[in-house]
Amino acid sequence: MKIAVCVKQVPDSWAEKKMANGLLDRAGVDAVLNDLDEYAVEEALRIVEKNSATGEAGEASGHSITVISMGPERATEAIRKALSMGADNAILVSDAALAGSDALATSKVLSEVIKNEGFDLVICGTESTDARMSVVPAMLAQRLQFAQLTFAGKVLVDPAAKKVEIDRVTEFGVETMSANFPAVVSVIEKINEPRYPSFKGIMAAKKKSITTKSLADLNIQASAVGSAAAWSAVKDALPRPAKAAGLKVQDDGSAGDKLVEYLKEKRLA
Amino acid sequence: MSQVFFLVDHQDGKVAKSAGELATFAKSIGESVAIVFSSQPSSLIDQLKNFSVDQVITCSGEWEKFSVAAIADGISQLIKSKNPTAVLITSSARGKEIAGRVAVQTDSGLITDAINIDKDRITTQSVFGGSTTVHSAVTTATAIVTLRGNSIEATATNSNPTVEEFAVQISDLAKLNPVIQSKPAIKGGRPELTEANVVVSGGRGTNGDFKPIEELADALGAAVGASRAATDAGWYPHSHQVGQTGKTVSPQLYVACGISGAIQHRAGMQTSKTIVAINKDPEAPIFELADFGVIGDLFNVVPQATKGIIARKS
Ligand SMILES: Cc1cc2nc3c(=O)[nH]c(=O)nc-3n(C[C@H](O)[C@H](O)[C@H](O)COP(=O)(O)OP(=O)(O)OC[C@H]3O[C@@H](n4cnc5c(N)ncnc54)[C@H](O)[C@@H]3O)c2cc1C
Ligand SMILES: Nc1ncnc2c1ncn2[C@@H]1O[C@H](COP(=O)(O)O)[C@@H](O)[C@H]1O
Repeated sequence: MKIAVCVKQVPDSWAEKKMANGLLDRAGVDAVLNDLDEYAVEEALRIVEKNSATGEAGEASGHSITVISMGPERATEAIRKALSMGADNAILVSDAALAGSDALATSKVLSEVIKNEGFDLVICGTESTDARMSVVPAMLAQRLQFAQLTFAGKVLVDPAAKKVEIDRVTEFGVETMSANFPAVVSVIEKINEPRYPSFKGIMAAKKKSITTKSLADLNIQASAVGSAAAWSAVKDALPRPAKAAGLKVQDDGSAGDKLVEYLKEKRLA
Repeated sequence: MSQVFFLVDHQDGKVAKSAGELATFAKSIGESVAIVFSSQPSSLIDQLKNFSVDQVITCSGEWEKFSVAAIADGISQLIKSKNPTAVLITSSARGKEIAGRVAVQTDSGLITDAINIDKDRITTQSVFGGSTTVHSAVTTATAIVTLRGNSIEATATNSNPTVEEFAVQISDLAKLNPVIQSKPAIKGGRPELTEANVVVSGGRGTNGDFKPIEELADALGAAVGASRAATDAGWYPHSHQVGQTGKTVSPQLYVACGISGAIQHRAGMQTSKTIVAINKDPEAPIFELADFGVIGDLFNVVPQATKGIIARKS
């Protein structure tokens, strides 16, 4: 099997985020591998391990896992983390013209990287913690004309039959869906527990190849991506006015009653 | 007047509350057109008459089997045939995926998780856990916008919409990933989490005992939510998780009991209109958001409040 895992470098969830000129100010905050994408890397590794003669991922398994990311040069840090978990190699699309790209452009670029590479499965997280759109995997399936098996809480792969089945877990319940390769899969955070990179993994990752591609390499016009091409434009971004400090009471045995009074006053009970 | 489409969510023959909210948004910016994907639409159409609906377009087909991709095909074909100025969809996992595929198929601008849209198609979003408000404009002919539940009060009226049937061609692409089995989420007697006006949530502080949480919820007619710590421990079903990887709720009142207020939890509840927190630890970050905070043991405070509310009602 040839598996691609799409990962994004994002500002640390804990960092205070600010906007600069209508875009997220990424320069000023620590950047990490989108934590929801760690589950995607982990699931790819488990799929390969289950179907590997040696029980391990890597070249000897007869399968490959390629990490794919679009982002600035420094996204290589997040890519290294995925490689140190055990993925084999990586492709980073980096180009000044990509700044400010929306999900439509991101999915366009990723699909150009993925198509013609013969991937059987493209595995994503369900959401990037900065954009929070949860749309890139569905858009990829549409653009690549692949099956869409998203929000998976369980993934079963049959490499011989070239089939994949998932349990899709959403607010509507659980749906079992199946498809033939190739498919785009996104995994929810309940699916597994991502491993920590081992020392051996970290050392090995230093030798793994990261191919950097520009828009020209992908035959994409700079005018088709980035802020200029976005089909929606941010007009303004304002910090929410500071919330008036709330009431805070120490329970002296009557706080429950005070809470009822408060709710009554606010006509909430 | 320009047409504004909205996708009608429905389950078990019942129109979702969000449909009334989307109808209200649609009517405020144009002629409101309800899009119903169902092969048995008549009772759904009757229910839609309680909202501001000028027209209903029904599409019959195997939507349970082909779901997201097939519905996206249908909406895309409708856009190409009728050129609405906007298509409004509920901001659920499914709604956002449909919206994404429609945007790709029709070259339309996409805004997700909006809390408002105005006549000039300027949307409002609340991002970074509610700390920043963003206004955006879509520049393409049709705007695809997903709106968060509970962002507007649905206007109740009596409308008499015209009804039209539209024939959708489901593409081969949409048939690649059929649903082979489906287990709908089990619905208890309580309101649906994303639709509820009041949500009472429990976290690790409940130590696995959700009884006081459920009792307060029932006294308030509320839905029950949970932090990830509580769902991971198996104390409450995953479908009740509130937060980044759970549901986003925006009720009139959110009561957090024994929840510390991690950023991932806040991401799913920060836009609640009034927030109450009950926590033993005076330093818990949840207090930064709370309109009313109680430093105390939830096992004392919550049952006392429940009793008080029941006493008030009787
Ligand atoms: C990728 C990712 C996604 C995540 N998604 C989500 C998500 O969607 N939703 C979510 O909630 N979390 C999510 N989390 C987890 C999040 O980071 C926190 O770990 C989680 O929210 C903590 O839950 P908690 O507040 O119940 O537990 P804790 O942080 O352990 O807090 C328990 C609180 O209860 C208080 N307490 C204890 N006993 C009592 C008592 N008797 N009375 C009153 N108070 C008491 C304590 O003082 C403490 O503040 C995610 C994390 C990651 C990494
Ligand atoms: N710039 C990117 N590079 C690689 N993968 C991405 C990128 N943006 C999004 N993805 C993938 O798409 C998923 C959903 O992202 P989003 O739609 O932005 O919430 C993520 O979890 C990633 O797997």
